[in-house]
Amino acid sequence: MPDLGEYAFAVLASYGVTLILVAGLVGLTIRQRARVARQLAEVEARMAPRDDA
Amino acid sequence: MSLWEYANPRRFMDTTGWLTPWLAAAAAICLAVGLVWGFFFTPDDFRQGSTVRIIYIHVPAAMMAINAWVMMLVASLIWLIRRHHVSALAAKAAAPIGVTFTLIALATGALWGQPMWGTWWAWDPRLTSFLILFLFYLGYMALWSAIDDPDTAADLTAITCLVGSVFAVLSRYAANFWNQGLHQGATLSLDAEENISDVFWLPLLVCIAGFVLLFLTLVLVRTRTEIRARRLQALLLRERMA
Repeated sequence: MPDLGEYAFAVLASYGVTLILVAGLVGLTIRQRARVARQLAEVEARMAPRDDA
Repeated sequence: MSLWEYANPRRFMDTTGWLTPWLAAAAAICLAVGLVWGFFFTPDDFRQGSTVRIIYIHVPAAMMAINAWVMMLVASLIWLIRRHHVSALAAKAAAPIGVTFTLIALATGALWGQPMWGTWWAWDPRLTSFLILFLFYLGYMALWSAIDDPDTAADLTAITCLVGSVFAVLSRYAANFWNQGLHQGATLSLDAEENISDVFWLPLLVCIAGFVLLFLTLVLVRTRTEIRARRLQALLLRERMA
């Protein structure tokens, strides 16, 4: 760990804020993707028998 | 092969399906290498001390905050002119990413500004235009959420994007237009003989590549989700009508 001296708060807080925001964005993106894919698969499975008929 | 083939959702899904994991891996590698290199293996700046390490997140985030809006502008123009739905959905998908990068740039700028300028915030041209860009991002996303009809939402948000582009351009060039602000001139410029020392420049370049790749990955994943969501809505409507 480098010696950040008197600016340790500014540097670590900058990296911390960035990590939290990027992790939140990535997490939200993955969650939305999984939710929509699951719902679409359910609806497609439900409608498949009708399409075959 | 024409670029417009990707306006076909099926073609877009097929191509991006295999591309996305590679982009994600490249983004993770670039970010890990760039940030570890910049944070642990670069020296303090002779004037800014250890705060120079903030450059590895502040500059790429600020660049991508503006470039995300430019990408939304291009996609919005394609929607308005050629009515390709994938482009409208790509613009919608990019907004949450752009707003996150703008927030990172604003937050890290404030954290950097406090020890260097003695203040968290100043109504400096670049800072102010960036704040307005942030508000435009929020307005753009709110407009998408507020309108039920997707085509009307795409039309109105595209117009919002065109108007907001003024502030995206101002955010980029404000430091060149006005000299009275606290914010320094552009850190990186193609016409400058030397921007910053190589010891900072090289890890910064890797971090910029990482942020660009992260942006591309997230735009593709989110656009794919929007396309699936659009198909889901269509199927549910069809089911109700049957």
